[in-house]
Amino acid sequence: MSRIKVKVKEKDLNTIKEICKSFNNEQGELINVLHKTQEHFGYLPAEIQEVVAQELEMSVAKVYGVVTFYSFFTMKPKGKFPISICTGTACYVRGAENVLAEFKRQLNIEVGETTEDGKFSLSCLRCVGACGLAPVVLVGEKTYGRVSPEGVKDILAEYNDK
Amino acid sequence: MEKVKLTIDNKLIEVEKGTTIYKAAKQLGIDIPVLCYMNLEDLGIENKPGGCRICVVEVEGRRNLAPSCSTDCAEGMVVNTHSIRVINARRTVMEFILSDHPKDCLTCAKSGNCELQDMAVKLGIREIPGQEYAAMSTYKMDFSPSLIRELDKCIMCRRCEMMCNDFQTVGALSAFKRGFEAAVGPAFEMDIEDSTCTYCGQCVAVCPTGALTEKDHTREVINALSDPTKTVIVQTAPAVRAALGEEFGLKPGTLVTGKMVAALRRLGFNYVFDTDFAADLTIMEEGTELLGRLTKHLNGDKEVKLPILTSCCPAWVNFFEHNFPDMKEIPSTARSPQQMFGAIAKTYFADKIKVKREDLVVISIMPCLAKKYEAQRDEFKVDGNPDVDFSLSTRELAHLIKQANLDFKSLPDEDFDKPLGESTGAAVIFGVTGGVIEAAVRTAYELQTGKKLERVEFEQLRGMESIRKATIDFNGTPINIGIAHGLGNARKLLEDIKAGKSEFHAIEIMACPGGCIGGGGQPLHHSDSSILKARTKAIFAEDEAKVLRKSHENPYIIKLYEEFLGKPMSEKAHHLLHTHYFDKSGKIEIS
Amino acid sequence: MTKYKQIRIALNNCGVIDPENIEDYIARDGYMALGKCITEMTPQDVIKEIKDSGLRGRGGGGFPAGLKWEIASKNHADQKYVVCNADEGDPGAFMDRSVLEGDPHAVLEAMAICGYSIGATKGLIYIRAEYPLAIKRLKIAIDQAREVGLLGKNIFGSKFDFDIELRYGAGAFVCGEETSLIHSMEGLRGEPTIKPPFPAEKGYLGKPTNVNNVETYASVPIIIRKGASWFNKIGTEKSKGTKVFALAGKVNNVGLVEVPMGTTLREVIFEIGGGIQNGKKFKAVQTGGPSGGCLTEKHLDTPIDFDNLVAAGSMMGSGGMIVMDEDNCMVSVAKFYLDFTVEESCGKCSPCRIGNKRLFELLERITKGQGTMDDLQRLRNMSNVIKDTSLCGLGQTSPNPVLSTLDNFYDEYLAHVKDHKCPAGECKDLMKYFIIAENCVGCTACARVCPVGAITGEKKEAHLINSETCIKCGACMERCKFDAIIIK
Repeated sequence: MSRIKVKVKEKDLNTIKEICKSFNNEQGELINVLHKTQEHFGYLPAEIQEVVAQELEMSVAKVYGVVTFYSFFTMKPKGKFPISICTGTACYVRGAENVLAEFKRQLNIEVGETTEDGKFSLSCLRCVGACGLAPVVLVGEKTYGRVSPEGVKDILAEYNDK
Repeated sequence: MEKVKLTIDNKLIEVEKGTTIYKAAKQLGIDIPVLCYMNLEDLGIENKPGGCRICVVEVEGRRNLAPSCSTDCAEGMVVNTHSIRVINARRTVMEFILSDHPKDCLTCAKSGNCELQDMAVKLGIREIPGQEYAAMSTYKMDFSPSLIRELDKCIMCRRCEMMCNDFQTVGALSAFKRGFEAAVGPAFEMDIEDSTCTYCGQCVAVCPTGALTEKDHTREVINALSDPTKTVIVQTAPAVRAALGEEFGLKPGTLVTGKMVAALRRLGFNYVFDTDFAADLTIMEEGTELLGRLTKHLNGDKEVKLPILTSCCPAWVNFFEHNFPDMKEIPSTARSPQQMFGAIAKTYFADKIKVKREDLVVISIMPCLAKKYEAQRDEFKVDGNPDVDFSLSTRELAHLIKQANLDFKSLPDEDFDKPLGESTGAAVIFGVTGGVIEAAVRTAYELQTGKKLERVEFEQLRGMESIRKATIDFNGTPINIGIAHGLGNARKLLEDIKAGKSEFHAIEIMACPGGCIGGGGQPLHHSDSSILKARTKAIFAEDEAKVLRKSHENPYIIKLYEEFLGKPMSEKAHHLLHTHYFDKSGKIEIS
Repeated sequence: MTKYKQIRIALNNCGVIDPENIEDYIARDGYMALGKCITEMTPQDVIKEIKDSGLRGRGGGGFPAGLKWEIASKNHADQKYVVCNADEGDPGAFMDRSVLEGDPHAVLEAMAICGYSIGATKGLIYIRAEYPLAIKRLKIAIDQAREVGLLGKNIFGSKFDFDIELRYGAGAFVCGEETSLIHSMEGLRGEPTIKPPFPAEKGYLGKPTNVNNVETYASVPIIIRKGASWFNKIGTEKSKGTKVFALAGKVNNVGLVEVPMGTTLREVIFEIGGGIQNGKKFKAVQTGGPSGGCLTEKHLDTPIDFDNLVAAGSMMGSGGMIVMDEDNCMVSVAKFYLDFTVEESCGKCSPCRIGNKRLFELLERITKGQGTMDDLQRLRNMSNVIKDTSLCGLGQTSPNPVLSTLDNFYDEYLAHVKDHKCPAGECKDLMKYFIIAENCVGCTACARVCPVGAITGEKKEAHLINSETCIKCGACMERCKFDAIIIK
């Protein structure tokens, strides 16, 4: 049993420990802990979940159960420029699906994946509350409104040299 | 207690407030089908997620159907359990469940003993509309030394999750992902072997489908039996004889010791022995260890570790190796009866019959799945050859007997072979919670006080309560004894020890509800706790029927020490009958 | 015509005050209601006022808020909790975000009022992590309220203590269901549990807990200030006050609308919303998000309130209102919502976990022209059973988009199944590309661009598209300079 040993950098271990401690190592704070941890590391790989489980004195199976329940948490690193396409209803009726398809085609990745150079990742989200601008695309913190499939190329071009 | 009156299927009934519709209907003889719901009464084990929605009923005035397993009766309620609306809903929900379930019933390990299959029959499901274009959720298969997980067959009843977390506090399993992708498994969908699983097998014992089954070793046993160069001997654990009959339609609690021996002989085993012999041996070793530590303690030795914890249960051993490695000096170093048997068989007995170790195959029949893992631990091998070659569960033995065309019920009663088949009543009760410690007390008392016990039954150690305490008067010295069954209960006692709050001198721990009679390898109880109680009764009946009821009186044990081991805790005994434990915690390393 | 005029109750201060300045809020009578409650009213008085106002929960179900408070107040415990559900998850709804960003103090004040009335000293706001601005403003508001003693110990010099913390959602629609929300706040998977027990009896950490959504709380201070009898004069007999809608889709004016209950859909869509974009024909309006249904022309004059919408086969929900025109295929719309539900189902109960997946698969077959008449029958039966047997509100309402479109647009389903046609022209699999021979000059541009070689024809002669090989990528149509390629 436990044939697998988990390796964590000391610095990272201490960071996670500090985060857990800031929530009094309480199991009930798991989701807050995961938020903070993901904020710091960008994602929640297995070894990080192992440390969180150890610090909160709970089973790592339960931590994994929570991480995989909520779509906000990810076990894969996001790209340098995470692209999110709103697929809320308003965006849908105004053609968000075609915009998404175009991003997939241009980047050659599926939703939830990151381009090989680590530059872009693609995700869908539900309604950012900008329905007036539908269809809406977010690249990092920047919002693009009334995006058409033809406009995808131009959006990506903005990040060419970055 | 406040009462409420209600009508179920036009029948009036009065029940205590807080009774569910399902239970009230049961009192009326109405058997509402349930799938995820499970209740082991009097053991405090209940699974009630209200998730499968098979047990729905119509309640007048309610907008939607109500899950009867988790809806309380209310005054004036009018319930209909079989309206067209209910029947249609129940069947449609069942069709949903089956539409995401493999259809390989013919070759499924649970076939014929599957609650999902039975439900499909009961609800008259003949086809799954739209199956040809219905996607199925798929997961990887997981094989471990003890159990097999085939999550494609998981119906999210959550029973295994409840047993693993709430009852055992092992935490190897959890629901993961959500929606159609959701299932129950270890973190990161890793192999169960890489998790903190103890192989207690309680997940298998409660799984209503073929999602969780034992690792089958019957093929290996048949191979050994058909190999003319091998001498194949078998040992049977005490709890097996109290349950095996159920597989052949006998009433729960029917003792089938003699028929079991006859069946094993007909299957071709060269010698049919009894793990009970090794249980008596365990008492000699563990009892001596207990007395040794006690005496030191009473003489004021501050270094001595107390309480002593039993170490017969392999799931329990796995549990403390994972969770309490800093306390691994506390449990008795005595190996489990299965392993003591194997060690003696492949030395003492092999010499006696002049068979080389590698030509002697030792098979065990166990109520347990953790025994499969235990048998293949490295420390129980000599030059790669295991002391116990294969461990079969009670269920697997039943399969073997059926395959051999034996009419089990009409077999004669036969006796175990000598010398490793002789045992006392003390060994038999190893099969129930409290039995090991009672057996130990019977021997330790007489050895310590030099007095003969007037009465060998210690009622205060028996029962089904999850944690029990008793004080036995050892000739003026009160000895405090604790008993726990279920690893969650064991954890409580261990936390106390850790905190220095434990008042016990000795503690017996068994992982499974009721002890080995409720083991993960036993015939499935299908959440009927009366079966566990009947098995317990049978074990005590066998004890009472024995002439010898104290381990140290077993003449073959006395002979074994005279001829081979010397005395308990001797160097040879240490080498063959004792073990050490490992730290299996701490997966995290700094890189 | 002033009937449809918007009345701002929940959005009273939005866009008017600086949400990061408590002084602004106070200047508009902010925290006056809390002061009135604590100094002039008993907790029972407060509950009575809310009950009398007829305020119903704006989160979807429409449960009377005052009654909820009363139940929580009657359950005795050493600790109780006031929870604000700000995990707005309906795709196409952003009312709560606007309130939190524009008027955070109104929510804080209302929660404190609720705490006073039910005997709770702790408040928790469960907010979507995807709303960073709302989170920031709430944090500022909480700090400011604490500074001036409107949160914390001895509020208004009384013995009443109340404080508020934030809890973050993590992207699970099912957490809008109150038991799921509570489990999520406890650090668990957001799976619902069977009610009873209701949160008012056993909620957060097993203690009595009152859960309302943002808009419900936002209506409370003004009710206390102006009185129940002011509030209950607005609206219909059983639905009092106003409702905020997020009007979106194919209307000219999109955005938030707050109208009195009883306003008709026609007034909202055509008068406030300014009618359908590009002069197209109105086809349907979807209310209630994934739990709601699609209403048609014949429902346009129905006064909007909780009960009328349910009777019409939809629901109020949290207030999403998506308008669709003739280009929207209603089967696809149903499929869109089911896709959402399948992704958001927690998986705990089998009808929702598997049943919705099966609904989605059937709808997909229909949009591909593979559906049968039997499938339509099964669609309805499965929908009914999922509604009837699911554990929580998510599954109990998830088939509504299917049932309402089956009821109101059955012909459209028939067209897909029998004629293999999508009248709205939205279902790609049912579309075919054609070349209009008269327009085609035989330039061969389309044949050259076709990735699968589906277009044949001699130079300077009309070309032909082989619809068996065509993958409907649209490249030919894009390339053709003579408008010779059409989709049918």
